[in-house]
Parts: sequence; structure tokens; C-alpha cells
Amino acid sequence: MSTATDEAYESYYVPADSKLPIFASLGIFLTVFGMGNILIDMTAGAEHSIGAYIMMVGGLVLGSTLFFWFKTVIEENHAKMYSNQLNRSFVWGMSWFIFSEVMFFAAFFGTLFYVRVFVIDWIGGVGDRGPSNMLWPDYTPEWPLLNTPDPEQFPGAHKPMGWFGLPLANTILLMTSSFTVTMAHHGIKEGNRKKIINWLALTVALGVAFLICQVLEYYEAYAHLGLTLDSGIYGTTFFMLTGFHGAHVTLGTFMLAVMLGRAIKGHFTADDCFGFEAAAWYWHFVDVVWVGLFLFVYILGS
Amino acid sequence: MSAVIEEHHHDDHHHGPAKGLMRWVFTTNHKDIGTLYLWFSFIMFLLGGSFALVIRAELFQPGLQIVEPEFFNQLTTMHGLVMVFGAVMPAFVGLANWLVPMMIGAPDMALPRMNNYSFWILPFAFTMLASTFFMEGGAPNFGWTFYAPLSTDQGPPSTTLFIFAVHLMGISSIMGSINVVVTILNLRAPGMTLMQMPLFVWTWLITAYLLIAVMPVLAGVVTMMLMDIHFGTAFFNAGGGGDPVLFQHVFWFFGHPEVYIMILPAFGVVSAIIPTFARKRLFGYPSMVYATSSIAFLSFIVWAHHMFTVGIPLAGELYFMYATMLIAVPTGVKVFNWVATMWGGSMTFETPMLFAIAFVVLFTIGGLSGLMLAIVPADFQYHDTYFVVAHFHYVLVPGSVFSIMAAVYYWLPKWTGNMYNETLGKTHFWLSFIGINVLFFPQHFVGLAGMPRRIPDYALQFADYNMVSTVGAFLFGFSQLLFMFIVIQTIRGGKKATDRVWEGAHGLEWTIPSPAPYHTFSTPPKDLTEAHG
Ligand SMILES: [Cu+2]
Repeated sequence: MSTATDEAYESYYVPADSKLPIFASLGIFLTVFGMGNILIDMTAGAEHSIGAYIMMVGGLVLGSTLFFWFKTVIEENHAKMYSNQLNRSFVWGMSWFIFSEVMFFAAFFGTLFYVRVFVIDWIGGVGDRGPSNMLWPDYTPEWPLLNTPDPEQFPGAHKPMGWFGLPLANTILLMTSSFTVTMAHHGIKEGNRKKIINWLALTVALGVAFLICQVLEYYEAYAHLGLTLDSGIYGTTFFMLTGFHGAHVTLGTFMLAVMLGRAIKGHFTADDCFGFEAAAWYWHFVDVVWVGLFLFVYILGS
Repeated sequence: MSAVIEEHHHDDHHHGPAKGLMRWVFTTNHKDIGTLYLWFSFIMFLLGGSFALVIRAELFQPGLQIVEPEFFNQLTTMHGLVMVFGAVMPAFVGLANWLVPMMIGAPDMALPRMNNYSFWILPFAFTMLASTFFMEGGAPNFGWTFYAPLSTDQGPPSTTLFIFAVHLMGISSIMGSINVVVTILNLRAPGMTLMQMPLFVWTWLITAYLLIAVMPVLAGVVTMMLMDIHFGTAFFNAGGGGDPVLFQHVFWFFGHPEVYIMILPAFGVVSAIIPTFARKRLFGYPSMVYATSSIAFLSFIVWAHHMFTVGIPLAGELYFMYATMLIAVPTGVKVFNWVATMWGGSMTFETPMLFAIAFVVLFTIGGLSGLMLAIVPADFQYHDTYFVVAHFHYVLVPGSVFSIMAAVYYWLPKWTGNMYNETLGKTHFWLSFIGINVLFFPQHFVGLAGMPRRIPDYALQFADYNMVSTVGAFLFGFSQLLFMFIVIQTIRGGKKATDRVWEGAHGLEWTIPSPAPYHTFSTPPKDLTEAHG
């Protein structure tokens, strides 16, 4: 089948050679290599680790390379080198990246479900596992698991983290921020710069407020509830799920802050605002993950 | 900065390759990056292969002759990791880079700078991984599946670097896959529908989807390991309410789709080669697309067939058994279609076709032994024996690796502009074909007789077959030096290839000159008559 098209073809921009990716590769390698050495030395009980310096250099190389990378992309875009087709590539790229992030969280949510539904009972000898309770006769299946099978290695928390208070406040903060970021988007569509900047600044503030609340919550957990990373599977799933989410909020807040800076510089028009939209989608994704967390880790989990 | 942009703009589409070594470091060209991936993969193939040869040399006779058991464990682990993540996967990404844009009439990959980034992370990752051999405590020694708690409680300090190496490979794979998906979805020549794409493009679209879906899960499971090792979490420790079996669930949720990541592009390659040399259209193109999609879907819901003996509920074993067997249906559709394509064709047997036919036959053997392993009661006998080793090596070596070699012989004239030496190519094929069967077929027998995998020493009754197996391994291994020679010879010169190269070849890549110019399809092709491969 032959299909010819009469539409004029907007040439697809293929960049010339670039020094950016090799520095980014070097940067990310040094960062994780340094991190690995820090952890190895930490667990071996060494006082100092050369890994810290390697990681610092790596982080610097990676950070500055990414800065110049995004700068280049933004300048190329302003120089009108990007066709609509190329902008669609960015849209697809970001969407698939968010999908990969969804799958990353799926691994940890899956872990939580598997532990709650199966493992907790099986350790108590329920089901096809047979009498595994011979190892730990005092163990009783419960969730949240405060009395771990082996309390010497894993002293359980005294109390679970409730959903009322800080977690509820955080839910409200994030929900609101999803709304405010949409208002900023409306601002872009209307070409109202003041509206963009105000709503976006409010969104960033809400993100920061969320992070502050999370720090307070972690302090509460460690100081008063005995809920720690090494307090057994409840602490493990609690901190890993909320911790990775917090890391994503941090990144999302940073992205939105960059977009705020760009908005102040006068970037973004109604039909050219992919950077903002990408950050906003990421923010909504982080928001949805939180809803899952609030439901499964806080309300149903405590 | 604006001057630089001017220069870029000016360069756009007009620049040829840069001069010197830095061309390869800074390149954003999909053909250069494809070449880099393929050479990297070949180096890893030789590295992983040399580990395998030491393993086979040790197993030539019962008893401990050459290496310490501890080092033997490091070799089996690194052999698996290097071959899976360093040789097979990058080879297919290299093929995707070279071929997908040419097959769909795109000017390049959608995101060229990220493409370079995806590649250059890999050498760093594998340098870090390989360097663990020289660390205190040695390299990872718990098998390429790195089951906890063996890897978390008993692993050497290098486990941590291994984890970060896996993270780097994952980042590379995800970025590479996003590039492939976006290229296919967004850069097809105007008018080319999805059902007009060559099957290689289809299989890679689905492979890339699988990669984006499961590489993050792998990242998740190694992160859990990292936390268990260094921060006292209880993911895989029942004493804290966790479960070592959880590791296997999460790992194999990645691991089973990973198997298809390594075989779906091979299906695409074979589906391109067989029609060419049978001089017929591919039989049942739509059913091939649907079969590939079904395999991809099923690959997400069968993972626990790797865990039948670990202690999962009976209902789970039954479900995973039947679900696994279901995969035989779409796979059977594919094998049927390849055979039906050859049926009544006017066939010739150039080297790519020989490798492709060997693929169909030997991959099917691997598939059938896979069906045997899917049967729960039988698996209780076969589990962790050499039968399993024989099974997955039949799928991966005369499966994935043969398809990669077939692809190299098939497209090398397009890449280099020169024909390879057919006599040498056929010699390479027959040496590999005989070598691989001598190497892996006897492992079925020792496995069924009860020889466990991953051991440096074994009982006397397994001696004969192991000796045969080792002979085959060295034959296969050293034949690959001939492969390297043929490829280098072809790059340096030889009979000039025509644009079409093969009389029966169809597809957009055969409409451009040989060797393919540095930039192709800067404006999309208007005539898509050739497109349906
Ligand atoms: Cu499997």
C-alpha cells in the first residue's frame, strides 16, 4: 500500500555531537560509585570513607551537566528549532518515564500487600507453610506488626503511626497543591503571568510544607513511637514507601521551583509550555501515589 | 550561546561523522550508537564467554582442578550477569538503534542525546561490576538471580557495588526503551500505520514496553537488598516479619518478562530473514503481532513458575503451571508461521538463513523443555538441575544469540556496504551449530539424572557427558573468533553490496544506498510500498 502525503514536512531537529551525555554518564557513575563505597565502609565500621569525596565530585559533575543540558534544550526551543513532532516526542518521553516510576512504586506496594496478606500469617504457621511457628512460639500474627518474631534483632514499634494529625494534614496539603498547580496551568493558557507566578509559588510552598510535616512526622516516629527503619517489617514498609514518596516530592518541588523561576523570567506561552506541563504531570503522579499511601499505609495500615 | 545554536542549526542534517575517537564519545547518530552497542555487546560476549570456558574447563572432569569453589561461584554469577545485561540486551538495543529508524523512515532516534547517554552509562556500569573481582571478598558469588538471604546476609562487600551497577544498567535500559517507544510511536513516516511496520519494529515496541515496566521493579528489589544489608530493614528477614520468598516474587516479576525481553526482538529478526530467503511474504503477519502481544501480556502473570519448590500454596502452583503452559499457544503460532512462510518458498540458504532456521529448530527445543519445567510435579525433580541449565541455554544461545548473529550477517552489507565472505560465514555457522548442540544437549541428560547446577564438582556418573559438554563449549567459544574475523574483514572491504543486498529483501532499509549514508530519511519517504517487511 502506498500512501503519499502532501503536507509540508517540518524537519525534525537532530542535534549535532554533544559533550553533555558523556559527562552525565561520568557524573552518575561517580555518584553511585561513591555512594556504594560510603555504604560499604559504613557497614564495615570505618570512620571515614573516600566514597564521600567521590560522591561529591560525581554529584557536582552530574548536577552541572544536567543544568547545562536543560539550558541547552530550553535555548534550542526558544530558537524555534523544535517542531511540533519533536515536542510530541518530549510528551511521550515524559509519559513513559512516569509509567516507569509507577512500576517502581508498584514493587513496594506489592511488597506491602504480600506481607500483610500472606507473610504475617504464614510466619504464625497458618496455611500451607506448615509449622513455621516452631521457631517463634510467642509470635502472633497482627498488623501493624509491633511484636516481631525476633524482637532482639527487630524491636518492634510501641505504637503505629495513625492517620490523623500530620498525615491527614499532608493529604490536604498535597490535594490542595494539585489544585493550585492546575490554576497555574490555567494562568499559562490565559497568558496571565501574575496568575502563573502566584499559583505556582503557592504550589511550591505547599510542597515545602508537606516536606516539613514529613520531617516532623519522622521525628515523632523515631522519638516517641519507637517506629524506626529497623523495627521490623512494619517500619520497613512504612519508611520505604513514605520515604521514596518523600524523595519524589522533593524532586517534584524542585522541578516546580525551577518552573517558577522560568515563569518569572518570562518563559511559557499557551502553546509552548512543555517544561511546566511535565513538572505538573509529575506532581499529579506524586499526588496519586500519596493517596495510595494514605489509604494503604496510614488508614488501613494502622 | 546563540552563536552555538546558529552553528547547530546550520549543522542540522548536514554534518557527517566527526573525525577521530571523539566521534564515538560525543555522537548523537543512531547508526554510530548502534555500532557502539554492538561492539560493546561483543566484548561482553567474549568476557562472559571466557568465564563460561573456565567453568566448563573446571567441569571437564570430576574433582577440583582449576579454580577454588569460591571463585567458581563468582564466575557463574558474573557469567550470567555479563551475558544477560552486557551481551544479549545491548546487542538488541544496538540492532534497534541501527534498524528501527531506517525501517520506519525516521531521521534518527527521537531523543538522540539521551540515546548517547543510554549507551555510555553501560561501560561505566560494567567496569564497576567487573572490578569487583579485585575487591576484598571477591565478586558477587550468589548466582545471577542473587536470591536473598544468600546475597544479603552472606554476600561479599562487593554486593553493594553490584546493586549500584544494576541501577545503572536499569537507568540505561529505561532511557533506551523510552527512546525506542517514542521513536516508533512518533517518528514513523507519515502514512505508515502500526500494522504496516516490519515485525522487528513491532517486537521491539513490545520489548521496550516490557523493559519500561519491569526494570523499575528490578531497581526496587535491589534497593530492598541494599536496605536490608546496610540499614537493618526486614524485607527478606522473617525474624522481622519479612520473607525471603518475597525476594523471589519481586525478582521473578522482573525476571520472567526479562526472558521475553531477550527473545522478542529475536522473533522480529527471524521474521525479517525467513521471508527474504524463502522469497515469500511473512505468513500470518497480523497473527504474529497478536502472538507477540499475548506473550508479552502472559509474561507478567507466570513468574512463580521459577519458585515451585520454594513453598508456595498449592493453588498458586496450579495457577502458575497452567498460565505458563498457555504461553505455548502464541509461541506455537509463531513457529507455525515461520514454517508456513518457508512452505513452498524458493529457498536459498545463505548464512543469515542458516542461523534463522537453526533458531526456529533449536529455540523450539528450548521451548519444549520449558513446557516440561512448567509441570509442577516434574519440576520438583528438575528444579536446580542441569536440565534447567540446558533449557535456558537452548533458549538464549541458539535462540537469542543465534538471532543476533543472523541479524549481523543479514544487515552487515547494508551497514558496511560490503558482502561478508559466504564460505567463512557458513563455516562459522556450522561450527557454532555443532558446538552449541554438543555443549548443551548432554546437559539435558545429566540434569535428568540429577546433577545439580552451580557446583564445581560432581559425582562420577556424570563425568562422560560433562566431558562432551566441555568439548562443545570450547568449539563454540573459539568459533566466535572466526565470527569476529569475518565481521572485521567485511568492515575493511570485500565485494560491494547492492542497495537491495538480498534478492528477496523487503523493507525501507533496502531502498537506501549501501553502506547506509550517515543520515537517512531527513525527510520521510513518500513511497511506502516497500514498508511492509
Ligand atoms: Cu519464567
